[in-house]
Amino acid sequence: MLGKTAASLFWMSRYLERVENSARFIEAGFRIALTRSASASDEWSSVLKASGVVDAYRAKHDDFESAKVIDFLLRDRDNASSVMAVMKKARDSARTARTALTREVWEATNESWMTLKAAMAKPVKEQDLPETLGLIRQQSALVRGATLGTMLRNDGFNFLRLGSFLERADSTARILDVKYYLLLPSVALIGSSVDNVQWETILRSVSAHRSFRWLNGTDISAQAVADYLILHRQMPRSLTFCYSKISDNLNYLDKNYGQKSRSGELAHEICNDILNQPIEAIFEYGLHEFILDFIIANNGLAAQIETDFNFQDRIG
Amino acid sequence: MLGSGEDVRQPYQDYKNWLDREDVKRLHRKSADAEAFFRKTGITFNVYGQDEADERLIPFDVVPRVLSAREWRKLSKGIEQRVRAINAFLYDIYHRQEILRAGRVPVELVANNAAFLPQMIGVNPPGGIYTHIIGTDIVRTGDEEFYVLEDNARTPSGVSYMLENRETMLQMFPELFAKIKVQEVSHYPGQLRRSLAACAPPRCEGKPVVAVLTPGIHNSAYFEHSFLADQMGVELVEGHDLKIVDGRVAMRTTEGYTAIDVLYRRIDDDYLDPLNFDPQSMLGVPGIFDVYRAGGITIANAPGTGISDDKALYSYMPDIVEFYTGEKPLLENVPTWRCSEKDQLAYVLEHLEELVVKEVHGSGGYGMLVGPAASKKEVAAFRAKLIANASNYIAQPTLALSTVPIFTKKGLSPRHVDLRPFVLVSPEGISITPGGLTRVAMTKGSLVVNSSQGGGTKDTWVLEE
Repeated sequence: MLGKTAASLFWMSRYLERVENSARFIEAGFRIALTRSASASDEWSSVLKASGVVDAYRAKHDDFESAKVIDFLLRDRDNASSVMAVMKKARDSARTARTALTREVWEATNESWMTLKAAMAKPVKEQDLPETLGLIRQQSALVRGATLGTMLRNDGFNFLRLGSFLERADSTARILDVKYYLLLPSVALIGSSVDNVQWETILRSVSAHRSFRWLNGTDISAQAVADYLILHRQMPRSLTFCYSKISDNLNYLDKNYGQKSRSGELAHEICNDILNQPIEAIFEYGLHEFILDFIIANNGLAAQIETDFNFQDRIG
Repeated sequence: MLGSGEDVRQPYQDYKNWLDREDVKRLHRKSADAEAFFRKTGITFNVYGQDEADERLIPFDVVPRVLSAREWRKLSKGIEQRVRAINAFLYDIYHRQEILRAGRVPVELVANNAAFLPQMIGVNPPGGIYTHIIGTDIVRTGDEEFYVLEDNARTPSGVSYMLENRETMLQMFPELFAKIKVQEVSHYPGQLRRSLAACAPPRCEGKPVVAVLTPGIHNSAYFEHSFLADQMGVELVEGHDLKIVDGRVAMRTTEGYTAIDVLYRRIDDDYLDPLNFDPQSMLGVPGIFDVYRAGGITIANAPGTGISDDKALYSYMPDIVEFYTGEKPLLENVPTWRCSEKDQLAYVLEHLEELVVKEVHGSGGYGMLVGPAASKKEVAAFRAKLIANASNYIAQPTLALSTVPIFTKKGLSPRHVDLRPFVLVSPEGISITPGGLTRVAMTKGSLVVNSSQGGGTKDTWVLEE
């Protein structure tokens, strides 16, 4: 497979994952804005932080009014990371990698882009927001379904999966990081349950509020939430889950290409050195420091994959 | 569809019988379905010079254009003869130039022609093939009268529409194909791959590696490039995927560099190699032409084929066919006035309102004058351009082009059409896919069928014997 094609597949699924994560963030933020209007500004600011666009937003707006934030995140042309801009990049990547995609995956991606473009041609009114966010999730599910249902399990599939899980791990880490200060004071209160709507938003931002309740009942503690999002092996957005998938896919690639890649080793190191420790040790080390280490390592792995599989021409 | 009277022409008889029993509402619905299908599949083309670089659909009409087996036999024989002559001409013009020595084509027309590539002199393309893929533009003016409008010997496009139009028709009207036996076109991608592989260069070892070279996703024909690569099962590469490794052109893969044997390039000669041609080009591969000359790669079509479909040379095609085949041309050439010649220019200037005037190097329907359709002002403006640079133009009469009905909101209505059959050439022979791309002028009375000017397409049927 061409290095460029591998890169396009990798980025296509990263962008699609990003679109879906943005929709989750907006959904969680919107809910807070509706139910606890007093904390809405804080919530929107942390959503913008987690999306990495808070500076771009501040350059344009002075306050965190819901309508402005929503429009900025969904479709503002000044925001290169808006849902529409990222969806366009996903579709362009899919076009570049068209020959490596099944007709179903290409059509699902192309239709998603057309559907979302039509739905967001004008600013989305607040009363229409839930429907629009639902549409984004639904379109992501269609692409994912087509991918899982029709793609050959070859190297192309591995690159798609690597892109999804690297992006997802990054996103979960970021949402944890913007909220880490909320988790910190609770360390002393291990075991006590707190009624803090913020826990719920963290869980909501990763669509885990219901599954968490099934596992833990109403006992929402800082440590339990962090444990769930970082270390839980069955939670599909946890760092540990993402890394088990990343390792699997790198192993398949190595086997397929008959080599031992540096990225495979690196993923192994991240699993062993960063993720293989109890939540107590993580809190002791410092949650913020832990997450920073993780984000840097995760970025490093993405760069190593790019090098190992010739995404670009290297000088020399 | 209709003959000289009001009678339905024989090849259309079965279709007309079917159509008469169809519900018009259903046809309208199918027509809308087709558009949605094309959009969803991404069968679009980008229009240059438009904001947003938006992708447009080429209008598709649900009424097929039908040719009988007999008509097709006649046509394909004529095309084959012409393609054979073009390859012989190209070999000659880049070697001994017998045709110039014999005085059948003026020397200056070749020597001063931008489409003539001096770098190709003495080069022997693998298998002796210059034009691996040709799309001959044909128009019809009467029952037995076919004219060749253009030879398109560089990088003809449109074959993906020929294939997708048929797919669409099969999906929309399966019952029609059960009733009427139409010759297949779907083997084209397989034939294309075989034909390209048969032209592998001397340095090819083992099974030839074929790839398609595209300028990228913003090119107007990108859909076609990815479609053909996908259908052939070969890689779709861009210039930045390629570099010269050990005297071969190699593509960067996830496992290192792999040599390419045959490159079906969809970029112009100028952009092919910044070291040998346009130094500004970002699309090509530095040094590819040197590898080509050393027998390390086959470039399809060969560089320099543009000289054979040059509009200035067009009027000499009957001589060219006769010179190399020793036969009278089977297909007509459209009478052409060369504005470079004084007396002919005088005639053209006097009859501008009746003529079609084209730029010698233009394509895609840009920069031409269709006299009968132009306003007085447009004619006057064009006259000035023509006088200022006469040798840049040729003129042709407006032919009484045949029409085929399209399905409009108000029912069937006649529109002018042309036909572009696709020809594959390899040392193993010449093959022409039955049918081709029918382009149709969607505006009533218009003679311009180019998709860049709003023209549409139709499925083209060649009936079984």
